[in-house]
Amino acid sequence: MNSGMKLLIAGGHLIDPAAQENTGMSILIEDGRVAAWIGPNETAPEGCEIFDASGLLVAPGFIDMHVHLREPGQEHKETIASGCAAAVAGGWTSVCPMPNTQPVNDNAAITRYMIEQAERAGLANVFPIGAITKSSDGGELAEMGEMKAAGAVAVSDDGRPVPNAGMMRRAMQYAKDFDLPVIDHCEDKSLSSGGVMHEGKVSLLLGLKGMPALAEDIDAVRDIILARDTGAHVHIAHVSTKGTVEAVRRAKDEGLNVTCEVTPHHFTLTDRAVEDLSRGSNEGVRVPYDTNTKMAPPLRSEEHLEAVIEGLRDGTIDAIATDHAPHHADEKSLEYDRAPFGITGLETAVGLAFNELVHKGVIGLARLVELCSTNPAKIFKLEGRGTLAPGSIADVTIIDPHLVWTYTNASSLSKSKNSPFDGWQFNGGAVATVVGGKVVYRR
Amino acid sequence: MNKPFHRKDLLGIRDLTAEQIIGILDTAENFSEISNREVKKVPTLRGKTVINLFFEASTRTRTSFELAAKRLSADAVNISVSSSSVSKGESLLDTAMNLDAMAPDCIVVRHSSAGVPHQLAKVSKAAIVNAGDGANEHPTQALLDAMTIREHKKHIEGLEIAIVGDILHSRVARSNIHLLTKMGAKVRVAGPGTLVPRDFAYLIGGNPTGREGVHAATLSSTGGSPSISESNTLATGRVSALTVCDHIEDAIRGADVVMILRIQRERQDSAYFPTLREYAIHYGLTNRRLDLAKKDAIVLHPGPMNRGIELASDVADSSRSLILDQVKYGVAVRMAVLYLSTGGTAISSSKGEQ
Repeated sequence: MNSGMKLLIAGGHLIDPAAQENTGMSILIEDGRVAAWIGPNETAPEGCEIFDASGLLVAPGFIDMHVHLREPGQEHKETIASGCAAAVAGGWTSVCPMPNTQPVNDNAAITRYMIEQAERAGLANVFPIGAITKSSDGGELAEMGEMKAAGAVAVSDDGRPVPNAGMMRRAMQYAKDFDLPVIDHCEDKSLSSGGVMHEGKVSLLLGLKGMPALAEDIDAVRDIILARDTGAHVHIAHVSTKGTVEAVRRAKDEGLNVTCEVTPHHFTLTDRAVEDLSRGSNEGVRVPYDTNTKMAPPLRSEEHLEAVIEGLRDGTIDAIATDHAPHHADEKSLEYDRAPFGITGLETAVGLAFNELVHKGVIGLARLVELCSTNPAKIFKLEGRGTLAPGSIADVTIIDPHLVWTYTNASSLSKSKNSPFDGWQFNGGAVATVVGGKVVYRR
Repeated sequence: MNKPFHRKDLLGIRDLTAEQIIGILDTAENFSEISNREVKKVPTLRGKTVINLFFEASTRTRTSFELAAKRLSADAVNISVSSSSVSKGESLLDTAMNLDAMAPDCIVVRHSSAGVPHQLAKVSKAAIVNAGDGANEHPTQALLDAMTIREHKKHIEGLEIAIVGDILHSRVARSNIHLLTKMGAKVRVAGPGTLVPRDFAYLIGGNPTGREGVHAATLSSTGGSPSISESNTLATGRVSALTVCDHIEDAIRGADVVMILRIQRERQDSAYFPTLREYAIHYGLTNRRLDLAKKDAIVLHPGPMNRGIELASDVADSSRSLILDQVKYGVAVRMAVLYLSTGGTAISSSKGEQ
C-alpha cells in the first residue's frame, strides 16, 4: 500500500487479547500502522480502500516462533521468499527462522542477510534466531550482542542442543545481558541418538529405534534448574512430553522466567501415525513407515498428547509454533532410518488449531490469538506487534472460522511437500494476511 | 497399489491370519518332497522372474530363496547392494523402480532398515517378499521355524516356547512372536535387561502389568483374527500368550521349544553387555539350562550361530538341535511363498492340523 493510502478492514470481529477486546470493530490502517478503531455505529472516513471482513475474525498478525527457512545454504528445500509465501498463505505475518542454515546463523552478517532477503520478498516479516554457540557445535559462545543489534530476537542451537550443562549455564548468563530468550530444543542425545520415532509400543511393533520421552524431560528439567540459577528467560521449543509440560507448569508456579511452545502436529497426531498414515481411508490397508511422520521431537503416544492438550487448556503452554521444516522429496523418500527429521507446517497450522483445539472445545478464539500472536510478540519483545491497538504495526491475520477447505501438498507454496496432512480437510482457516498495512495474501 | 490382482506381498507375519499361515505351511509341506527327488525341479513357476534384492549380506537366506525359485523353474536373479543406496548415487526407490521396470513377478528384499519392503510395495508392480527388514520382521524365518516345530511336535497350539537372546533388535523374534501367538502357542522371552524391553508384551497388543518382572498379554483366539484383551492371567484364567521373563531359566523351564537368537557381536561395542564371555556364561544355552525344559524339548537357532556363545557346542550338535532341519524346511517355505505371492492358491495338506 502506498504511503498515505488508507485501508479499512470493515465489519469484522476483532479479537485482541492484549487490548482486552473481543467485539465487532473495524480497523483503519494508515501508513502501515493502525490509525483507529471504528465501532459499528461510527462512520468510516472517506477515500479508504475497503476490505469487507463481515463474518470474519480479525486478529493481530500471527507470529510463528519456530521455522526453518533453509536460506542461506539449502535453497533446494526452501528459500526465504518461498517460506514467506507459505507463511502468509497460512495466516502468519511474521516468522522466526532457526539458525541451522549453511553456514549457521551465528553472526550478524547472516542475520542481516536473512532480514534483507525477507525485505526483498516483501511478504512476511522475518525475525531471525541466532545461534547460541559458533556453528552450533556447543564449543564457544556466538556473538549474541552483535546478532541482536542486527535484528535477532532470541538464541538457540535448536536441533543440536547444547549438551554441556556448564556451557548452557554460561550461555544463559550471557544472553541475559542482552535480554535475549534462550530457546532450547530439549533432547539429551545420549538417550535418543540413533532413534527415529517415539520409544514405546509402536516403536517396538515396527522395529524402529526409539527416542524415549525422558530424553526430552531430562534436558527440560536441566534448563529449568539453570533458569532458576541464572534468571535468564528460557523458552522450551516444541514441548512433546508429559514430563516437560509438568516441569514447565511447576517452573511457572514457582515464578521462573520459563515459557514454551507446542507444534500443531504434537497436539494432533500420535506415534500411531508411523504405523498407519492412511487414517482408515484406504480400504483398511495400513500405510506404515511414511517418512512424513518422522520429526524431532517425535510424535508421542496418547498420554503425552493428552498432557500437551491439557497444557494448552490451562495456560502452561504459551505459544503454537510450527517447526516448519522443509525437506526435498528426494531426501524424504529414503529409508525411514535415513530420511531427515521434519515436516512442513506453515499452511496447516491454523486449520489444525481449529480442528483439534477450537472445535473440540479445548480453547476459545481469544486463547488461540494469544497462542499465535499475543504471547509470541511478548516472548520475543516485538514492539508494536501482537496487538492491533491504535499506533501498533498493521500486521493482521483475517480468519474465516467456518471456511471448509482441503490442504494438499501439491498446492503448497513451500518448495517442499513433506507434510503428513496431505488431503486433510479443515474447518476454519486464514483468508487474508496483512503485513505492514499491505494485503499480502488473499484466499 | 497398482499391483496385478493375483500378486500378493508378504511384508510380515503381523498382517496374516492364522488361516493364511496354515495355508502357507500346508503348501510348503506339499513342496518339501520336491527337494528329495532325483530331479529337483517342477515347472510350476516356469516363465516367472524372481529378483533377490539384498541390501544386507546374507548367504543362507539368499541361497535358500534362489534354490526355491529354481526348483519351481522360475528365473532367479541375485542383486547384492553392499554399499548404501545413497553412496551409490541412486536412491532406494529408484533402484527398486528400475528393477520393477524389467517386469519381474516377485522381488525378494532384505534391508537393514525397517519398513523398506513396505516402501517398495507401495510403488512396485512386482510382489514384494520381505526377507528381513531391520529389526522389524523376517516372515519366512518364522514360517520355516513353524514348519520345523510342526514336523516334530505335530501341532503348535498349546506349546510353550522360549525365545532367548537379543529380543530388542531381533526381526526373527518379532515374526516368531506374531506367528506363534496367532497359532495358539505360549511364548516366553528372556535375555539381558538391555536387550529385552520390559514392555514387549505390547507387541501383540497387551499392556505391561507392573513391576513383577512378568508382563503378560492375553490372546483369545476366535476364528482367523485373534482378539486381544488386557491381561490378568490369574484372575481370568486365560492363556497368557506372551510373557517377558527376568531370568532365562524362567523362560526355559518346562518349554517344548527353545529358540536361541544370534547375538550380534557389534552389540557388545554398543555397551549392551560387557563381554561375549560374560554373555556365554549368563545367557548361553548349555545342556544344564536345557535340562530345565521338557525332556523332549527341541532347540532352534536362526543361524548363523556363534558356537560357544549363545549356544554351547554340545547342545548345537545334540539330537535336540534342529538347526539343519530349519535350513531344509526354509527352501520348502520359500517355494510356497514365491508360489503364493505370484498367483498360486494354497494347497491344503493331508497332514494338515488345527
